[in-house]
Amino acid sequence: MSVLPVLLRKEFRQIFRNKSILTISLAAPIMQFIVLPLAANYEFKNIDLAVVDNDRSDLSRQMIDRITGSGYFRLVDHSASYAQAYALIESDEADLILQIPSGFERDLVREGREKVFVAVNAINGLKAGVGGAYLTAIIAGFNRSVVLDLMPTAAPAGIAVTSSGLFNPRWNYQIALIPGILAILVTMIGGMLSALNIVKEKETGTIEQINVTPIRKRDFILAKLIPFWLLANVVFTIGLVVAYLIYGIVPQGSLLLLYGFIGVYLLAVLGFGLLVSTYCTTQQQAVFVIFFFLMIFILMGGLFTPLDSMPDWARTATRFNPLTHMIEVMRLVILKASTFRDILPNLLAVAAMAVVLNVWAVLNYRKTS
Amino acid sequence: MSTTATPHSIVADGLTKRFGDFVAVDAVSFRVNKGEIFGFLGANGAGKTTAIRMLCGLSIPTSGKGTVAGFDVYTQTERIKRNIGYMSQKFSLYEDLSVTENIEFFAGIYGLSRDRIRTKREELIAKLGLVQEADKLVGALPLGWKQKLAFSVAVFHQPQIVFLDEPTGGVDPVTRRQFWDLIYEAADAGITVFVTTHYLDEAEYCDRVSIMVDGRIAALDTPTELKKQFGTGTMDSVFYELARGAKRGGA
Repeated sequence: MSVLPVLLRKEFRQIFRNKSILTISLAAPIMQFIVLPLAANYEFKNIDLAVVDNDRSDLSRQMIDRITGSGYFRLVDHSASYAQAYALIESDEADLILQIPSGFERDLVREGREKVFVAVNAINGLKAGVGGAYLTAIIAGFNRSVVLDLMPTAAPAGIAVTSSGLFNPRWNYQIALIPGILAILVTMIGGMLSALNIVKEKETGTIEQINVTPIRKRDFILAKLIPFWLLANVVFTIGLVVAYLIYGIVPQGSLLLLYGFIGVYLLAVLGFGLLVSTYCTTQQQAVFVIFFFLMIFILMGGLFTPLDSMPDWARTATRFNPLTHMIEVMRLVILKASTFRDILPNLLAVAAMAVVLNVWAVLNYRKTS
Repeated sequence: MSTTATPHSIVADGLTKRFGDFVAVDAVSFRVNKGEIFGFLGANGAGKTTAIRMLCGLSIPTSGKGTVAGFDVYTQTERIKRNIGYMSQKFSLYEDLSVTENIEFFAGIYGLSRDRIRTKREELIAKLGLVQEADKLVGALPLGWKQKLAFSVAVFHQPQIVFLDEPTGGVDPVTRRQFWDLIYEAADAGITVFVTTHYLDEAEYCDRVSIMVDGRIAALDTPTELKKQFGTGTMDSVFYELARGAKRGGA
């Protein structure tokens, strides 16, 4: 007779008795979905701008109006000199300086060309880059309209670029973030809980009692995997429901495919948690080790840092990061309705990780030393 | 079982465990008879726990020979585990499971049938006077009750041998007495009891006693013989005579 049902009953009793773990696991998706996408926004507003207007003409005023009217910039100062504006950057009151040369209007009207100077505080690289790009775009737009006003017959030749956001028509950052956040959430819950569970048995000494019984390693490990596998699936499902209720996101691809991939992915994550637990003797150690790896997984996962802009070695490394595959598949299936064939490479990679991690964990768990 | 052929429950022959340069257990040899209560004494750090771990199949010896319930301590550790009960120094029931759930779990592991578990469980709970507490979490019970329960769980599947590693540490004298009543009862039922303790009055309750000093067995006999050998009236002074020469630990 297999003892697996006996072991499983015990694990489930302990999980359901631990109200704090249960509450956090179930409340986490709801909290993260409400807070994170709203807070983590790459669309910058309120960029603080200092203007050094050396021309003080109608045209320069019009341009400044156009910039402040865009809604992205907040005019913090009409500085008298560049040095004064620079001081504002130093004291962190301004992010950008726009310097308009004297003779701006005259040269523009007479010669049809003029230069403005934009200085950006690049400490917050992302904000600076985006802010600079916005500003350039607005000035370019302004330039076009001025040219049209002055020389209505000379319609501007050139290429007008219009763009369309495929699979996310409104360029909504929240929609791009949600599948990734869900991936991270499932990873954290699965990895953390499975690692802590075995280590807790080591700390309280009950593992010793288990090790003197004829329980087979396989049964013991399975009994640790199955409950957390199910729990993580429940968390994922709650996440999907919440994503629908709050953001109206409906998976475009097959749900079966999604759950099929998650099922394999969770085996890898849980295997990782188990492996960590076989090396740690206290819960404190386990938390630090898991935290260390999760940080790397998340930072290299392609959610907050685009994979395409990584150097080659880093991109190769991300192929060994289970979370990268998970985030990719979530985006592919939820937003892009990708099919089995599309995610097959990811599935194979994650399946290989699941096998390696679990075999390693079972081999490294010793009933006898 | 094939084990009925050997008269001894436990045979240790030059059993040794080294950790690097440190010889925790140094060539100990002894035999424990079936149904015997065997006291395994020694100062802190003498090597008792390491010796017990080897006999329970938790630790593979470095050298020497040994069998437990007729099974080899090197190659048949999982079969040994099927035939022993074990109660460790550290309290080892699940504190977040109730009395009933703990009994069910450990009995289930050894493959006892549900019906059998249910009947025996009711009997046990009644015997220990835990009827009111049956559904309480074990963590909420006083230490003495926990220890009695842990022992009862360790012998619930009627193993051939039960190993007790300082089972009565921190328990009051009355409870200790009751605990020993449970041990006698198990021995009467034919279970061999292998027990370590620091309480020398408990040594008197054993059929035979061995005293470990610095990883070796310094003396092994019945309490009466040992006292005669050392010309004293108490096990206390026997122990003191042997252990004060110890080089490691702090008795």
